[in-house]
Amino acid sequence: MSLLRYYMAEARNGLLHEFQYRVTAFIGLIGFLIEPVVYLAVWRSVAIAQGGAVGDYGLSDLTGYYIAWGLVRAMNLALTPYSWEWRIRGGRLNEFLIRPVHPFHRDFAFFAGQKPIWIMMALPLAAIMWLTFRPDLTFSLAGLLGFSVAIWFAFTMRHMFLFLLGSVNFWTTRTSALFELNVALELMLSGRLVPMSLMPEWVQGVSNFLPFRWTFQFPIEAVIGRLDTGQILFGLGVQIAWILGLMLLIRLVWGKAIKRYTAVGG
Amino acid sequence: MVAVEGATFDLRQGEIVGFLGPNGAGKTTTLKMLSGLLFPDSGVGQVLGHVPHKREPAFLKRIALVTGNRNALAWDLPALDSFLLLKALYDIPGADFIRRRDQYIELLELGELVTKPVRNLSLGERMKVELAGALLHAPEVLFLDEPTLGLDVTMQKRLRTFIRDYNREYGSTVLLTSHYMADVVALSERVIVIHRGRLHYDGGLAGLTNRFTTFKTITVIGEGLPGDMEVWGEVVERLPDRVTLRVAPDQVGRVAAGLLATATIEDLTIEDPPIEDVIERVFAEAGEDT
Repeated sequence: MSLLRYYMAEARNGLLHEFQYRVTAFIGLIGFLIEPVVYLAVWRSVAIAQGGAVGDYGLSDLTGYYIAWGLVRAMNLALTPYSWEWRIRGGRLNEFLIRPVHPFHRDFAFFAGQKPIWIMMALPLAAIMWLTFRPDLTFSLAGLLGFSVAIWFAFTMRHMFLFLLGSVNFWTTRTSALFELNVALELMLSGRLVPMSLMPEWVQGVSNFLPFRWTFQFPIEAVIGRLDTGQILFGLGVQIAWILGLMLLIRLVWGKAIKRYTAVGG
Repeated sequence: MVAVEGATFDLRQGEIVGFLGPNGAGKTTTLKMLSGLLFPDSGVGQVLGHVPHKREPAFLKRIALVTGNRNALAWDLPALDSFLLLKALYDIPGADFIRRRDQYIELLELGELVTKPVRNLSLGERMKVELAGALLHAPEVLFLDEPTLGLDVTMQKRLRTFIRDYNREYGSTVLLTSHYMADVVALSERVIVIHRGRLHYDGGLAGLTNRFTTFKTITVIGEGLPGDMEVWGEVVERLPDRVTLRVAPDQVGRVAAGLLATATIEDLTIEDPPIEDVIERVFAEAGEDT
């Protein structure tokens, strides 16, 4: 089987699926794009009150950060462990296991196929935010290229990480608490809630060794011009290292996990 | 809990085998093990020269598992879109894909059903498009788990005909579980019976009937039938011109000859009991053995 051809076909179905539910997708998108608008409003107020900056973030940086935030968020949406719980408890994994391709590829391709729709819907909001706040940002070719690659690596990393978390369902189907812990950690350590440079130094230190910031803050900082070429290349290298590490972990965990699958419910 | 234990059997290429057993007998578990969904604690299974639980793509490309509650096609998309995905997934050459797709659409009378989102189809319609999708890659081994579950009689019949035609055209091996004995009778010459995970019978359908039947039914129609029919067997029904008797299998010849010699008989029929009764007896005996 040509994996590329399969990816194209699965991505096409992902895209068509989003077209089927475009209104739902749009409402969902509005829901999570409100998040950066709120963050931006809060941090701009704080920055203005402090004379135009919060830490090393000026008004333009903050605006650019939360505009790029929306695009990165749309890009790194992946299948949640909640869905894994549903699949495993309901025996719905059967339909994926019977296919001559690893379930990892199915979800990756399906979600990848939905990205163009999400990006297309996120772009108008980004444009509105841009025109409203008119940030003074300069873009570099390295930053734009780095961003283009980094958002795909970020999606890959996040997909792999959530795949691993989802695999815990093979041992226990009560993983909600674990996933909520992951959401909390991601919120605090990825730059989603607040740019990491505004966090205490020890938190920044910890975040360097966890995957979260490399799936979120790194692509954002690359595109808004806060990283030089060397830092961008280093960040991409870290992402690749995480991807390789997660790949090994998935191989290890999946081999053991699948033996525990009881294929309940038909 | 042990679901299947010591069930040993071989399937020959091209045969359709009915896989029978009461609820919880281990039929579906066996099918899942043979299709690679379950990892057995012990024992060896081989399908097409592959060990199923290794789930090698080369193996998975040659089999299909169809269950009555199957939802392999994308719920929100028309089946035609899922068919295109299956074409890529199974590397189906373009000409074969088009030929099979059109053939299945015609044989299963799918028509416009393949252009509607699967979620809009009825259970029976969905089962037909699911079956068509499962067979697009022309699997050599087909595991069917209650494929006609919940379907009306017409739909059941259509599916049976389709499965038989598919088996004949592609020479595929089919292992079928069904609670509808009509499925088994229509499709299978050989049946395997398991109960509580153990194999209790493996042989021809006719042999199953012979082995587990304790009586046959003789119905005679005629005028002036003798009043003492009890001497020939257990009278099940008596009408003025029609009597139905239950007779031990080894007495059928003697009783039939005797009736024909002693009365004016217009018609005489000898029937096995309904297959459902036979199966019920098989399950009951299997339960006593365990």
